[in-house]
Amino acid sequence: MTTDATPYVTEDGRQIGGVMMDLRDITLRFGGVEAIKSISFDIREGEIRAIIGPNGAGKSSMLNVISGFYKPQEGEVHFRGKKRPPMKPYQVARQGVARTFQNIALFEGMSVLDNIMTGRMGHIKSNMLAQAIWSGKAQREENENREAVERIIDFLEIQAIRKTPVGRLPYGLKKRVELARALAAEPDLLLLDEPMAGMNVEEKEDMSRFILDVNDEFGTTIALIEHDMGVVMDLSDRVVVMDYGRKIGDGTPDEVRNNQEVIDAYLGVAHD
Amino acid sequence: MSDQNQPDQLVSVPHLLARNARLHGDKAAYREKEFGIWQSWTWAETADEVEALALGLLDLGVQRGDHIAIIGRNRPALYWSMVAVQSVGAVPVPLYQDAVVEEMTYVLENCGARFAIAGDQEQVDKIIEAQQTVHGIDHVIYYDTRGMRKYDHSEITAFADIQNAGRANAPSLSKELNTRRDALGYDDTCVMLYTSGTTGRPKGVVLSNRNVIETSKNSSDFDHLSAGEETLAYLPMAWVGDFIFSIGQAYWSAFCVNCPESAETMNADLREIGPTYFFAPPAIFEGHLTQVMIRMEDASRFKRWMFAHFMEHAKKVGPKLLDGETIGFGDRLRYGLGKYLVYGPLKNRLGMSRVRVGYTAGEAIGPELFDFYRSLGINLKQLYGQTEATVFITQQPDGEVRSDTVGVPSPGVELKIAESGEVFYRSPGTFVEYYGNPESTASTKDPEGWVATGDAGFIEESSGHLRIIDRIKDVSKMADGSLFAPKYIENKLKFYPNILEAVVFGAGRDRCMAFINIDLTAVGNWAERNNIAYSSYQELSQHPQVLDTVQAHINAVNESVAQDEMLAACQIHRFLVLHKELDADDGEMTRTRKVRRAVIAEKFNDLIDALYDGSGEIYTETEVTYEDGRKGRIKATLDIRDAAVVAKTQVAA
Repeated sequence: MTTDATPYVTEDGRQIGGVMMDLRDITLRFGGVEAIKSISFDIREGEIRAIIGPNGAGKSSMLNVISGFYKPQEGEVHFRGKKRPPMKPYQVARQGVARTFQNIALFEGMSVLDNIMTGRMGHIKSNMLAQAIWSGKAQREENENREAVERIIDFLEIQAIRKTPVGRLPYGLKKRVELARALAAEPDLLLLDEPMAGMNVEEKEDMSRFILDVNDEFGTTIALIEHDMGVVMDLSDRVVVMDYGRKIGDGTPDEVRNNQEVIDAYLGVAHD
Repeated sequence: MSDQNQPDQLVSVPHLLARNARLHGDKAAYREKEFGIWQSWTWAETADEVEALALGLLDLGVQRGDHIAIIGRNRPALYWSMVAVQSVGAVPVPLYQDAVVEEMTYVLENCGARFAIAGDQEQVDKIIEAQQTVHGIDHVIYYDTRGMRKYDHSEITAFADIQNAGRANAPSLSKELNTRRDALGYDDTCVMLYTSGTTGRPKGVVLSNRNVIETSKNSSDFDHLSAGEETLAYLPMAWVGDFIFSIGQAYWSAFCVNCPESAETMNADLREIGPTYFFAPPAIFEGHLTQVMIRMEDASRFKRWMFAHFMEHAKKVGPKLLDGETIGFGDRLRYGLGKYLVYGPLKNRLGMSRVRVGYTAGEAIGPELFDFYRSLGINLKQLYGQTEATVFITQQPDGEVRSDTVGVPSPGVELKIAESGEVFYRSPGTFVEYYGNPESTASTKDPEGWVATGDAGFIEESSGHLRIIDRIKDVSKMADGSLFAPKYIENKLKFYPNILEAVVFGAGRDRCMAFINIDLTAVGNWAERNNIAYSSYQELSQHPQVLDTVQAHINAVNESVAQDEMLAACQIHRFLVLHKELDADDGEMTRTRKVRRAVIAEKFNDLIDALYDGSGEIYTETEVTYEDGRKGRIKATLDIRDAAVVAKTQVAA
């Protein structure tokens, strides 16, 4: 666990601030199964934080705890210095946390544009009636939201598929649309659940570039789960390593790479 | 005529801009789709943007005669850059945006550029990498700020910041700017463009204001271009055609240049803009046709029938209607119906509903392809030109359009055919020189100003039109003395949507052989609909059914070639389908997608040998360059097949 939270500037010139989210002694059980065993770590403002580990290590569960989908039986989540009471996922989203899913969860029949527009939900303030009668305020709001979405479309270079139904897109592009929808919420903390699963090398390179650019341009803090070690080591500032629900390593990519326990977990040793 | 200056002192592009801002101030000069909306700039706003940038360049210390490289996709800001650079007496040198670092390094070194204006981070990165070998660049200006925050900004500045500095320092710099702009003369350099170079290194072609403005004036008159035209600027800015269409003619006629949102959205943007003046190399028209054909295959049976039926009729009547010939009432009626049901919607789909003048050039266009567009009622014409001529050598007047000629000499152009068959021209657009290369200049342009085109051709006596046979170095004899003109055959092959590229060999040989590149869009679509699984381009290219299809195409081409007595010997005897796409990154094609025969022949000599020695298949390894510049090798075993050749005696019978 890193206790020293003084802001610093990374080698490539990004600002890393204080602790944004602090997870303290989180334990999550499903019946008799302990998916997460008393794990603590923090996520700092502006950093790219990776959670890695073998299959079944509890990574996705951890992300679900952060996003409010799972409620841990023990432990505390502190967000922006305050202890977070148990919340529904949409309440967490309103606090500025957005996520993508391991299995793409988009509206297949809707266009890319409409899908991304749904990410603006939290930014629509006019009520349903005003929207139904297309009042001046609702119209203005829609224009503003559309503009925000267009900036994201431009940013992720998906102009050519703006009007294409998502169902017709190849996998790699769907992933990008999902990222776009998460970005549309203008989150402070972006959770990415295996953003590069199932991608080829070129798609992975593109996605890595977009993740770095999001972090760099918007200053968005990113927590991601990823299997591809090469990608993780290149992208992230700090890495948490999980195995069988326990935290077995935490630190910079270099520190983690040389951690014997991590090496054992990945290369496999006999468990007794 | 050649000695007097233009009236109104319209002796440079900045002067034309000033005139347009005065006369057409409120009219749109540029549009660009950004954030899903077409943003536009009037001529007055354009003049303002250019002024600010020019002042900023002065502030940066740009000297008269400096070369400034401009690299990026077609965007208004980069067009303004060209004019701003000219305004301060410097020379714009547009580079191909997809050039790899080595190519860019060569050009930057050759022209000695002191400054560079780059469209985005990707181009900046390439310039920085090139800087490791050439050190001439003092400062880089970038337009798109994305991803640029982390760079060391001591020698890099954002476009907007340069403009702001220019505006802030206007009081002290305006006088200098006006002095420099007023000093621009008709014979000063307007732009330097690098030839794509089918042979050897690219050469910097120096074009003067006279070249550009005279040519723009003549060609605008020829096609009655007015301030009301709309064009889509999507071809590389480094190409002379784009410079003339999007700057020369656009500034002369004061028409509007539209820039697409991105390269991928080109077709959608084309449809939204509906240009009245459209220019494309044959490859683009081919691509469009391929897409239409693919979509038609997916259409319902009735629609397919309707398409086939009316296109048949259009081929018969359409071109005649365009040429103003008299057509029977019944035919006219049927064409009218077809227009309503097929041609109109199709033209709309292609974004060509409003095209008044359309040109194709850069490569000979297949007659079938050409007729397809003509028959829809699109006034597609051919022109023949080159960088050294400031584009125009010959072009087709309305009403005299044929697929096998390239038209009559453009206004002000003189033509002559040398004994060798090579075409020579002399015109107001004839280039000044190759930069820093007097030997090449002398061997291309004689003291009287005649320029060798490198193409073999003849002037058709009946019509006065020029006919180009092929590149003079490519036209040769086969072993038995019969004429060998590879491009003619290749173009016939390329008309088939399944064939992207073809290279025919046969100079000095007894038979002709061919390399084929399949079109992944067309063949991939076919494979998908026929449930043919493939994991790579290479695998698909060697699929037996694909080879069957290609073989059928080649047989058909052989039959058609056999009809032509002069070229009957050029029928293809054996062929193979290449395992990789010919690519400019590997040096096999130029950036304008012309095949480099010598490079291909050398690189794939094992394949050529196999074609001629009668083997049934050949194992080969080829080096490829990936988009990020890394190199790799691909290995493949290629099938070689025999095509059906029509014997000479049969033709005579």
